Amino acid sequence: MSAPEDLRPFECDALSAYTVLPWIAVLPETVEQVRAVLRLCHSQKVPVVARGAGTGLSGGALPVAEGVLLSLAKFNRILEVDPANRLARVQPGVRNLAISEAAAPFGLYYAPDPSSQVACTIGGNVAENSGGVHCLKYGLTVHNVLQVTLLTIEGELLTLGSLGLDSPGYDLLAVINGSEGLLGVIVEVVVKLLPAPETARTLLAAFDSIEAAGKAVAGVIGAGLLPAGLEMMDKLTLRATEEFVHAGYPVDAAAVVLCEMDGMAEQVEAEIAQARAVLAAHGALEVRESRDEAERRKFWAGRKAAFPAVGRIAPDYYCIDGTIPRKRLAEVLGRIGELSEQFGLAVGNVFHAGDGNLHPLILYDASHPGELERAEALGEEILTLCVEVGGTVTGEHGVGIEKLNPMCVQFGAPELRQFHSLKAVFDAGGLLNPGKAVPTLARCAEFGRVHVHGGRLRCPELERF
Amino acid sequence: MIRDNDDSANLAGRALEACVRGEPLRIHGGGSKTFYSGTGEGRALSTLAHTGIVHYEPTELVLTARSGTPLAAIEAVLAESGQMLGFEPPHFGSGATWGGTVACGLSGPRRPWGGGVRDAVLGCRIVNGRGEVLSFGGQVMKNVAGFDVSRLMAGALGTLGLLLEISVKVLPRPECETTLCFDCSSVEAQERMIRWGGVGLPLTGMAWDGRLHLRLAGPAQAVLAAARRVGGDRPVAPEALWNGLREQTHHFFSGEGDLWRLSLPPAVDIGSLSGDWLIDWGGAQRWLRTAVSGPDAVFAAARAAGGHARLFRGANSTATRCAPLAPALAALHRRVKAAFDPVGILNRGLCQEAS
Repeated sequence: MSAPEDLRPFECDALSAYTVLPWIAVLPETVEQVRAVLRLCHSQKVPVVARGAGTGLSGGALPVAEGVLLSLAKFNRILEVDPANRLARVQPGVRNLAISEAAAPFGLYYAPDPSSQVACTIGGNVAENSGGVHCLKYGLTVHNVLQVTLLTIEGELLTLGSLGLDSPGYDLLAVINGSEGLLGVIVEVVVKLLPAPETARTLLAAFDSIEAAGKAVAGVIGAGLLPAGLEMMDKLTLRATEEFVHAGYPVDAAAVVLCEMDGMAEQVEAEIAQARAVLAAHGALEVRESRDEAERRKFWAGRKAAFPAVGRIAPDYYCIDGTIPRKRLAEVLGRIGELSEQFGLAVGNVFHAGDGNLHPLILYDASHPGELERAEALGEEILTLCVEVGGTVTGEHGVGIEKLNPMCVQFGAPELRQFHSLKAVFDAGGLLNPGKAVPTLARCAEFGRVHVHGGRLRCPELERF
Repeated sequence: MIRDNDDSANLAGRALEACVRGEPLRIHGGGSKTFYSGTGEGRALSTLAHTGIVHYEPTELVLTARSGTPLAAIEAVLAESGQMLGFEPPHFGSGATWGGTVACGLSGPRRPWGGGVRDAVLGCRIVNGRGEVLSFGGQVMKNVAGFDVSRLMAGALGTLGLLLEISVKVLPRPECETTLCFDCSSVEAQERMIRWGGVGLPLTGMAWDGRLHLRLAGPAQAVLAAARRVGGDRPVAPEALWNGLREQTHHFFSGEGDLWRLSLPPAVDIGSLSGDWLIDWGGAQRWLRTAVSGPDAVFAAARAAGGHARLFRGANSTATRCAPLAPALAALHRRVKAAFDPVGILNRGLCQEAS
């Protein structure tokens, strides 16, 4: 496709603030066709951006104007579910949730559950190393993928990993997970399937301060519990979600913690009792326990709908994705509150408390000139704060184009050079998803010029612009 | 008491010097796994003076330690807080260090349920082959900033970087643990492993050595309930059994012939190879002791089954230890090695696939 009206659907991913029309879009149906596209692009030095469902939140699948947008939407078949070996072999365009649905008749499921799991594809999950509520107990995508088959930009077919639990040589499978489409085009994925938990129960605990809720979260982990989900919402988000889904949340609370245990009935019973005691000991105003599956789903309905709920109370919102050590939670949330006042933009907080993955939602109105830029500047301040307290600029959404500047805060020139040399191992010409995930040193130097931190200049060896 | 000593500057200086001179360095810790990794070439560079737990916060489930720190000391510190390494690493001797544990990437019987070494790794500081000190990943559970260089270090045998510090996710120690045994053939054992592995029991071990052994762990009520469901006998010394499997002090490992490790999909049948078998990891790791089956037969059988084989302990030290990688993959390995170590000074020749 090359007509502008045909290309319009591909102009952005879920980070819709940035749009670029690609030169052309192609929708191959076979591996050989993908190979032919890549070989042609390689020989003609044309950039290629691979795209799944386009649900990414960091502009990782944003097209480049002079490049090819390679949609893998037609690679949507589940090739095999092997219950005895507890694995599924799927094409990259298969939706995350569809894998669990196909595995369900065998009592199995695929654990990583990004919030977009109804729509996002497994190829994109691998590219972004996606997470979700289950990560603390069941790991990220990288922990649940056994094998990936990909095409290099030169059209070479490579299989990384194996159907066992490891493979010979370097762990290149780990490098592919989260590589944001910079190293190859994924054409097949083998995922690990887990036994579906016999039962799951959820606690909903209300607190009169974010600090108390944060300490309760640390208390649950410190008590030796490993919840299947451990999530938190602040007052702003709580009220917005209650108005939206009417889950019966205690809207007067300053924060709510959701804590889910899953497994054998006896295990869940024991762990729920222990978690309830820990939450109460940390000053919970009330602790509710889901009595049945319907109530458990109701507890989660608000959390799962938090983003659209916040979307109803502001014309636009900008979702940040940083991870911090759990013990810095109260301090970081307090500082976010100060920054919110300083920038004059409200911020709602909903996050994976169990693994310290924050998702501050910055409320703004794009129709007011300069407000988007102010929201982005506030976002960068928050991510810088995450790095300062020992965290990272992205926990699960990826760097894409969105977090290139914050990457300059987290990494120094030698690390970035090492990233670039690793990229060159797979794609010497830099044709796969150019301009994403890893900033150039020049960009960091320019960014550092205006953001001198603690009096230290970043990349001092580079000439200033 | 672990000595707190940061030897980073010395180690990085030695690497830089070696890079400039183009002289290979043979990095080593306690030498407990040299039989597995090989000895490499060049001047010896010890990490043993680089010790200490840099950071440990039980409520964060994260530990960071310097590479020369004794593995036993790290495990003791974790145990004091009721925590442990989920991958149950083998020591293979009292000299086992933290760096060697990660560099060799070996995991014990708990691996299918607790994850492998690479699954636990969150971040690392390394010295690359240019003598640069680099930090990747971090100390938080979720981090997708940049390529995952940290996990790439697990199992790379120090050929891509000299490990200075490694941060890992640790796990709570289960409240209760029990082992159950069953008299059955290997075929029947495999059927049971497949069945029990698919129903969500609180498993932390499934192995067959002539008898099938199941290890269950978790809250006491759950372990007792699971034990009631599966039945079986209680062995006299379960800890000795699992330690024996992990450390290869189990009598199976002391026999004659080559010891092969096969990493396979758990349900496949690989009965065509001759020799004595021990099944671990619920079927995903099989040990073959044989004086009959040669390397070609073992490599081919493992590959046909969707996995791979490696000569773990060989009667003949010059024997081929790994099957060659496909040419494109082998070339990729060489380029990865060159990206981290362009002059080739780090543990030259240790990762046979990259050689």
